[in-house]
Amino acid sequence: MDGLFTLIQSAIAFGTIIMFGCVGETLSEKGGNLNLGVPGIMYLGGIASLAGAYGYENAVENPSKVIAFIVALVCAVAASVFGGLIYSFLTISLRANQNVTGLTLTIFGSGVANFFGGSLSKLAGGVGQISVPVTSSAYKVGIPGVNFGILVYVAIVVAFVAQYFLTGTRKGLNLRAVGENPATADAAGVNIVKYKYLATCIGAAISGLGGLYYVMDYTKGTWANDGSLENLGWLALALVIFTMWKPLNAIWGAYVFGVLFWLYYYVPGLGRSSQELFKMIPYVVTIIVLIIVSMRNKRENQAPASLGEAYFREDR
Amino acid sequence: MNHDIAIKMVGVSKYFGEVVANDKVNLEIYKGEILALLGENGSGKTSLMNMLSGIYFPDEGQIYVNGKEVSIRSPKDAFDLKIGMIHQHFKLVDIFSAAENIVLGLPADRKKSKKDVIAGINDVCDTYGFEMDLNKKVYDMSVSEKQTLEIIKALYRGADILILDEPTAVLTPQEVEKLFNVMDNMRKNNKAVVIITHKLHEVLSISDRVAILRKGSFAGEVATAKANEQMLTEMMVGEKIELNIERSEPQNSKKVLDIKHVTCLNQYGMPAIDDVSFEVYSGEILGIAGISGCGQKELLEAIAGLQEVSEGGQIIFTDPDTGHDEELIGMNPRAIKEKGIALSFVPEDRLGMGLVGSMGMTGNMMLKNYREQSKVFIDRSSADELANKIKEELGVVTPGVDTPVGRLSGGNVQKVLVGREIAASPKVLMTAYAVRGLDINTSYTIYNLLNEQKKKGVAVIYVGEDLDVLVELCDRILVLCDGKVNAIFDGRNVTKDEIGLKMTYIGKGDVQKNGQK
Repeated sequence: MDGLFTLIQSAIAFGTIIMFGCVGETLSEKGGNLNLGVPGIMYLGGIASLAGAYGYENAVENPSKVIAFIVALVCAVAASVFGGLIYSFLTISLRANQNVTGLTLTIFGSGVANFFGGSLSKLAGGVGQISVPVTSSAYKVGIPGVNFGILVYVAIVVAFVAQYFLTGTRKGLNLRAVGENPATADAAGVNIVKYKYLATCIGAAISGLGGLYYVMDYTKGTWANDGSLENLGWLALALVIFTMWKPLNAIWGAYVFGVLFWLYYYVPGLGRSSQELFKMIPYVVTIIVLIIVSMRNKRENQAPASLGEAYFREDR
Repeated sequence: MNHDIAIKMVGVSKYFGEVVANDKVNLEIYKGEILALLGENGSGKTSLMNMLSGIYFPDEGQIYVNGKEVSIRSPKDAFDLKIGMIHQHFKLVDIFSAAENIVLGLPADRKKSKKDVIAGINDVCDTYGFEMDLNKKVYDMSVSEKQTLEIIKALYRGADILILDEPTAVLTPQEVEKLFNVMDNMRKNNKAVVIITHKLHEVLSISDRVAILRKGSFAGEVATAKANEQMLTEMMVGEKIELNIERSEPQNSKKVLDIKHVTCLNQYGMPAIDDVSFEVYSGEILGIAGISGCGQKELLEAIAGLQEVSEGGQIIFTDPDTGHDEELIGMNPRAIKEKGIALSFVPEDRLGMGLVGSMGMTGNMMLKNYREQSKVFIDRSSADELANKIKEELGVVTPGVDTPVGRLSGGNVQKVLVGREIAASPKVLMTAYAVRGLDINTSYTIYNLLNEQKKKGVAVIYVGEDLDVLVELCDRILVLCDGKVNAIFDGRNVTKDEIGLKMTYIGKGDVQKNGQK
């Protein structure tokens, strides 16, 4: 019983990271922009929050929890919106290929983050020596008695809000139309460029919170150049497909992915190699979901129709 | 009848490069009236109306809406001026419900609940007599329902001027009747309605006034009450123009293709060509006339092995040299080629179906014959030779045979395509709109090439849109109307009016057989 309890607990902690990534990416994709830069954006958000927190805690004698919290949050959001803006400018304004741009952004984001991560480690006196106790404890605040930081709850709230926005508001309707059929939305008077930019950048900000949570809560304010955050970014992208572009599904979907991801730890008698096979399960499940969805062939569950395509009004 | 002017267009012109789509057109549209805009293919009906709906911007001229001069730069501008246009290609989001499509892009009003919005849409439906399930998803709708939805959408947004671009082309007769009832209701509500069409009986039954366009220019207008089919056809096709295209007597004609009871279905499961039967002879040019989308494309593709033919049809190819018969249905183009049947096809979509735009002339030549080579590596030299030969003989203007053909002008692209198809020494040469968009000199080059092929004993099928060319170039002219063979004329004694009438109107009962051998 104890084993199951800790499994669920670690699944929820793990799921929160990819839930942010997934909900952010869903917004972007609903506007027709396939942003493969999510791992990079999570990296940017993570390192920016860490650098901000480190700077603040070392500059001030008695760092306040509230200010530390805000500094890390602002840094994370600003850096990830910056990543989203790069992507938006290239794909929406310059109409560059979305796949290539996204992949490049991921490489860029992880490079920048690991570069500054290494520098921070050096400043702090060696690998694993970075310490931002005030900030990370600020992010650990939650419901008393439950071992989750505040961002775990924020993720759930964000998913609910995103779902309501997409299905319950006019602006959400317009955004979905942009992702489905931009020419129709354009003819109906929707400002395509504005919607795409906003959806992508706000989506990037939400994804960046995943990076913030990972650094401040999940790894308790340290940095490791091991690429694990990138893997989580790809998992978030897989989760978008798994949830069939519905933020509400991301809540339980993320936790299911968490369970599947940590399952190897709780299955007795696994060797190193079979552990790696177990870690594949979330991806295998995504593929199975893809197959089932395409077999059921229900149009609402498919990807937005113009996902990945640039829009030119002159093409009409 | 109310005679307030809703829209006045003065001297409006639109050019696409050197092509004149509209030339100084003056047109008035009145409230409480249905105006039919009539004209042949490419006469500029749709481009003229697109300037009202904000898709094109006029190069010259003024547009007045309710007496005020306006500049319509986008669909949104048009919508702000209460102009709504129903295009042939619907602008709807497939996975949205009817109601969602209607409110798309409209500013949300906090005071209005979802219920109020639905009530507002239902009001529109009741006023004009629409039946629509507002929760139905667009992908579950028939074509007619989608069209109805487009009209409701325009009316709900307050359109006072409604333009319908060939609305009946995709409808069954019962649905057409429903649509006409709706249009009648719109007229009663003092809306200005424009219907773009080339179907004369519809013009006569629904409109109050007819405006006719010919080759981009305004050719006149007439009150429907005073019009008849004969008169409208004459206004539509205009005076005969002498082109002096050479036409020799067919020599030594033998039956090459025998097409019997061929039916093909379109994507909606309706017949695109309907029980078509005719024969094609060697050493003659058979013209095919018809309003666009009447089955020309499907007919040629059925012969070329690109279109599925419904059961019961036959397309028999008889080799003029050996007299050997072969059934073409069920074979794909490659199988036809491997049977040794030399069939050449110059499709309408030159850079889509005909040539690969990003490849040079040499590469495009190779597409047709690389399979004949047996080596592992491709031999470019023979294709290179052919490309150079075509470049010389047809005077293709290109920097080199390796320049991507997509960068050449339309005329040169067509020369490359026709040159390649002729080089295969076909027994049957099919061309679809071979001179569309070409200048006069290139057009004559193409006519001469076709005539040369005819003299060589090739059976040439020429699908055309310019009636002047058809009556001067072709030995026989087959007229398609709604996918049926409506007449086959002898090209030497037929007038444009006769063809025009058969293009737009299926007579009761009899299918004419004039000119049939």
